Amino acid sequence: MIDQGGRWHGIFHDYSNPSFMDLLRREAPHLMPTASPSPTETPREPPHGTTVLSVRYRDGVIMAGDRQATAGFQVASRRIEKIFKADELSGVGIAGAAGPATEMAKLFQTELEHYEKVEGENLSLDGKANRLSQMIRMNLPAAMQGLVVVPIFAGYDEKAGVGRLFKYDITGGRYEETNYDAQGSGANFARDSLKKLWKRDMAREEVLRVALEALFDAADEDVGTGGADLVRGIFPTVKTITRSGFAEVAEDEVRRVWEVVHADRARNATGS
Amino acid sequence: MPLPYYVSPEQMMKDKAEYARKGIARGRSIVTLEYADGILLVAENPSTLLHKISEIYDRIAFAGVGKYNEFENLRIAGIRHADVKGYSYSRGDVTAKALANAYSQALGNIFTQDIKPFEVEVLVAEVAENGSRNEIYHILYDGTIEDEHNYAAMGGQADEIRRFLKDHYHEGQALGEALGLGVRALTVTQNKTLSERDLEVAVLDRTKVRRKFRRIPTEALGQLLGAAR
Repeated sequence: MIDQGGRWHGIFHDYSNPSFMDLLRREAPHLMPTASPSPTETPREPPHGTTVLSVRYRDGVIMAGDRQATAGFQVASRRIEKIFKADELSGVGIAGAAGPATEMAKLFQTELEHYEKVEGENLSLDGKANRLSQMIRMNLPAAMQGLVVVPIFAGYDEKAGVGRLFKYDITGGRYEETNYDAQGSGANFARDSLKKLWKRDMAREEVLRVALEALFDAADEDVGTGGADLVRGIFPTVKTITRSGFAEVAEDEVRRVWEVVHADRARNATGS
Repeated sequence: MPLPYYVSPEQMMKDKAEYARKGIARGRSIVTLEYADGILLVAENPSTLLHKISEIYDRIAFAGVGKYNEFENLRIAGIRHADVKGYSYSRGDVTAKALANAYSQALGNIFTQDIKPFEVEVLVAEVAENGSRNEIYHILYDGTIEDEHNYAAMGGQADEIRRFLKDHYHEGQALGEALGLGVRALTVTQNKTLSERDLEVAVLDRTKVRRKFRRIPTEALGQLLGAAR
C-alpha cells in the first residue's frame, strides 16, 4: 500500500530542487531547447546582426540595443526586442541566432522566477550569471552548427550596492566586465565608442547619451545593426537597472537624446 | 503470516477523516476576502520566515493550513505545475481552476490510498482582470473542492469565522477596511487582539502589472491596521 503511494508521489519528488530547468528536463524533456541539427547539414544564414550593450553608471547599469534583425542581407524584422527583463534586478541582452536566443531568454526568466517563488528569495547576481552561463553551454552543440547565442547579462547587486555586467563566449565562459561591454556584429564599433566616452560615476542623462552615441556608431559602421527608423518612428530600446528595479526608458526620451546626437554630429561633421 | 483484522471501508474512511480534521483544527486559521482591487489573504502566523501564503503564478496565490511540511509540498508542486504550463503554452493559460483540480486529485488519491491522509486544507485564489469574476477554490484534506465567493475561511475555527463574515462582509471594501474585517474575523473565537507581528498578509492586486501577488510588510501592515481601527 505504501509502495503504491509512489504513483502520485511522482510530482513531489526531488523536493529541494528550485531549478526550473531541471524540472523541465525531467517532466517535459521535449520542451528543452537543445537543438542539435544533423552535422552534415549546413545551416542557412541565421539572423544575427545586432548590437546590444551595457554600461555601468552611478545608479546601476544601463542596457541598450538596436531593433533590427537581419537574415543574410535582408531585414527580417524592424522592431525586434533584444533587451529582456530577467527579473526585477537584472536584464539580458541577446545577440546571435534570434530563435534560440529568445528561447534562452524566456527559459532564463522562468528559471529565475521559479527559484524566487520556490525559495522565497532572490538568487544572488552571481548565481544568476552562473545559471545563464550553464544555459549557453547547453547550446554549444547548436553553436557549433552556426546557431550561436552570446548574451550580455547585467544587473544590480543588492549586496554590493552596485551595478555589474557580464559577457559570455559560446562555450558558456563568463567574464565580468567592470565598466561597459557590447555584443553582436556591431560590438567592436560600440566598444570603441564607449572606450572614449565612458566616465566614472556618470548620471542617468549622461549615460543615456553615451549609450546612444555608441549605438549610433555601431549602426553607422555595421550593416547588421539598425539605427533609428525615422520613417516608422522606431528607436533603440534602452533599460536601466537600479536599486529600485528594472525600468524602461520611455521612447520619447530616447528619441529626444537620439535627435540631439544626430544634430550635433551633423553640425560638427563628427566622424565623417 | 497472520491475517490483518477486517476493518470496513466505511469505518476506515471515517477514522481517516477524523484524524485529518483533528490535525487541521489544531492549526491557526486563514481568511480570504475579495476587496475593491483584488483578493486579500490574512493568516495568523507569527513566523516571518515560514509562510502560509505565497505566490503561485501571475494572478494566482496559494494558502495552506494544517501540517507545514504537507502544504509546503503542495505549494511547490503547484508552482511547478504552473511554471511548466506557462512555459509550454502561454502565461495567460495558467488558471486557478486547473491547479485546484490538480490539488483535488492529489489530495483525493492520498486520502483513499495512503494510510495517513494529509492534514491540510489549501486555498487557490485567482484575481480577475478586465471585469470578470475572481475565483477562490477551497480544497479539503479528502480532495473535496468548493468554489467560494466574496470570502473564505479555513483552519481550526473556520465555521465560526465564516458565520462572522456572512454577517459583516460587504462588497467593494477598500484594502484597509477589508484587512480590519479579516483580522476581526480571525479573533472572533479568541479573546485576544492580533497585532501586525502576529499576521501574515498578502494581496493579489489587480492594479499591478503582470505579477499581481504582493506581500504586505510588517510596517505597512501596522499603518493599515492603525488606520482601520
